[in-house]
Amino acid sequence: MRKAKKFAIGALAIATVLTLAACSTSGTGAKTASAKVTTVGFIMVGSTQDAGYNEAVADGAKAVQKDLGTSVKVITADQIPENNSVTQTMQAMVNQGASIIFATSYGYFNYALAFAKSHPKVTVLHQGGYLTGTFPKNFGTYWGQAYDPVGLGGMAAGGVTKSNKLGFIYAFPISQTIANIDAFELGAQKVNPDAKTYVVNTSSWCDPLKQKQAVSALLGQGIDVFSQHQDCQSTVIQAVKTAGKKVVGYHYDAKALYPAGWLTGSAWNWSAIYEKIIGAVQKGTFAGGPYNADWIGSISTGDNPLQLASFGTSVPADLKAKILTEKAALGKPGSSIFTGPIYCQDGSVLVAAGKVATYADTNSFSCLVKGVVGTLPKS
Amino acid sequence: MNIVGEILTTAIPGSVAIAYPALGELISERGGVINLGTEGAMLAGALSGFAVTITTGNIWLGILAAVLAGAACGAVHAYAVVIRKANQLASGLVVWFLALGITSVLGASYNGQVVTPLASIPIPGLSSIPVIGQALFNQNALVYVAYILVPGIWWFISYTRPGLILRATGERPAVVFAGGHNPTLVRYVAVTVGSALAGVGGAELALGIVGNWSDDMTSGYGFVAVAVVIFARWNPFGVAIGAYLFGVCLAVSSVVQAQGIAINQYVLDALPYAVTVVVLVVVSAFGRNNAPESQREALSEIQ
Repeated sequence: MRKAKKFAIGALAIATVLTLAACSTSGTGAKTASAKVTTVGFIMVGSTQDAGYNEAVADGAKAVQKDLGTSVKVITADQIPENNSVTQTMQAMVNQGASIIFATSYGYFNYALAFAKSHPKVTVLHQGGYLTGTFPKNFGTYWGQAYDPVGLGGMAAGGVTKSNKLGFIYAFPISQTIANIDAFELGAQKVNPDAKTYVVNTSSWCDPLKQKQAVSALLGQGIDVFSQHQDCQSTVIQAVKTAGKKVVGYHYDAKALYPAGWLTGSAWNWSAIYEKIIGAVQKGTFAGGPYNADWIGSISTGDNPLQLASFGTSVPADLKAKILTEKAALGKPGSSIFTGPIYCQDGSVLVAAGKVATYADTNSFSCLVKGVVGTLPKS
Repeated sequence: MNIVGEILTTAIPGSVAIAYPALGELISERGGVINLGTEGAMLAGALSGFAVTITTGNIWLGILAAVLAGAACGAVHAYAVVIRKANQLASGLVVWFLALGITSVLGASYNGQVVTPLASIPIPGLSSIPVIGQALFNQNALVYVAYILVPGIWWFISYTRPGLILRATGERPAVVFAGGHNPTLVRYVAVTVGSALAGVGGAELALGIVGNWSDDMTSGYGFVAVAVVIFARWNPFGVAIGAYLFGVCLAVSSVVQAQGIAINQYVLDALPYAVTVVVLVVVSAFGRNNAPESQREALSEIQ
């Protein structure tokens, strides 16, 4: 069955590639007319309208075209699965003249790196990357430090809850998610020491039925503010709306779906970093530069692509002020929500007193902090 | 709330989303045709139901669209296998691929949008039964229709003349033909109606439970429905039990975690599928063989 499904997805991908290839023949005329145009390709794993991770990428790509105008030609491909079809898509984009490719899904990493090595004239960027060691001269990874904005969202949740019970629905216990859950609870504790975060996982980045069941199960425990680390967030927002509770979003500003219950959230705003990278390539300063490496934006360096989303109507003014004050404090160099002492559920020390966890430290986080109810799945 | 009530409250809507396609598959298989396109019919039902609801603002028109989309998938499968005598398994898979591809292309612009799902309607009296009342009798209308559909389909296939003809077509089409009926027509209708029910299952998922559309949102539940029919020995009450059992297993994971109970997550995730396999094996080993006769070869119970 799985194989059959892969076949179906593969067939779809081939169709996409063929469509792209067809575009390339029609585009050659335009390309010769102006030699200075840089063609930039963006590849997404999901739908460009998912009110989540992929829509944020699509918005970034649109902004690049708008801001850089005629000096770039943006081409995009969406719903490309994390298998060989991403290589085919990159090749199709190169055939169309692309010299910069942004591969924006976590699972594209190996394909993107291999493609960069075999195509030295094309600059390949991977979103969310994790390369350690030396980078090829035409390859880079970039990401934003997610946990600080998530912590600010946790403050909103902690300040608004009446039951002191918050719910966090996640997909898989990867370190990034663990850091997000911990930051959410730590943020909540800043304004409400009694706030507890209940966790439920769905073992899928987007399974609406499981998401709905997670909300239903958490409602049974009296949870009144929900947050999540999923790729698609409509189901959770809709279910929370039906129950009349509150929600903190992730990936995308979805306030419009439920203005009365949306508190705030973290939303990707990729255009600035996309434009900086494209500019570096155009000027020939990419190789050896900050983007020819594992680049991480953060609030403390003022360049975090993950930003605090807009506030909903039910966040009181004094709570808003507290969140913005904290945001300003996180803007100081070297600061982070993970400032010790921080303890795991079992009382062991996660971050020692007086220490601040670095981004690299958080990548090895494997425990939930005190105040989180529930356990991480163990194999 | 007690844990039994919580598990049921969480599980019932999902169970019903599996019960509809399973009942549809039962009708189709009783007529002698396996429809692996059930998963595709659910996707088609989910998308068309959602698209029509968000366009017209009327959720009932959406459900009607889901019925028609499901029926259309069934009609394609029926044309291939009943009229053109194509291989049932291959045709079913092709219908699924087709629906998966078409819905992800046509559905792209609907991702992330939302509609208000079907409202829960508490049934006076029944919904105040302790422990299970709220879970069973404060649900949406499609859940109640599913409750009635189970005995309805049982009565239809066991006690009515058209039901007898349907069963006979699944067993010995030649006898039906000799009796003056058209087995080809019976099969065509059975597959189409069965697939329409799968479309309703998709609508329950998209409109009854979550109120949105996302690519491949059925996550294999249509295939579970096909397994449930075999597990249930082609009996509507068995189908209901199978669907509810599977739904409960799916929900247990969320409810147990929300209670903060430490338990191996991966075992919980595998539970619904493990239970299905075990029950299939046990039922096959000890149960009476009542697979429709024309399907026994395809279902390969080696004797």
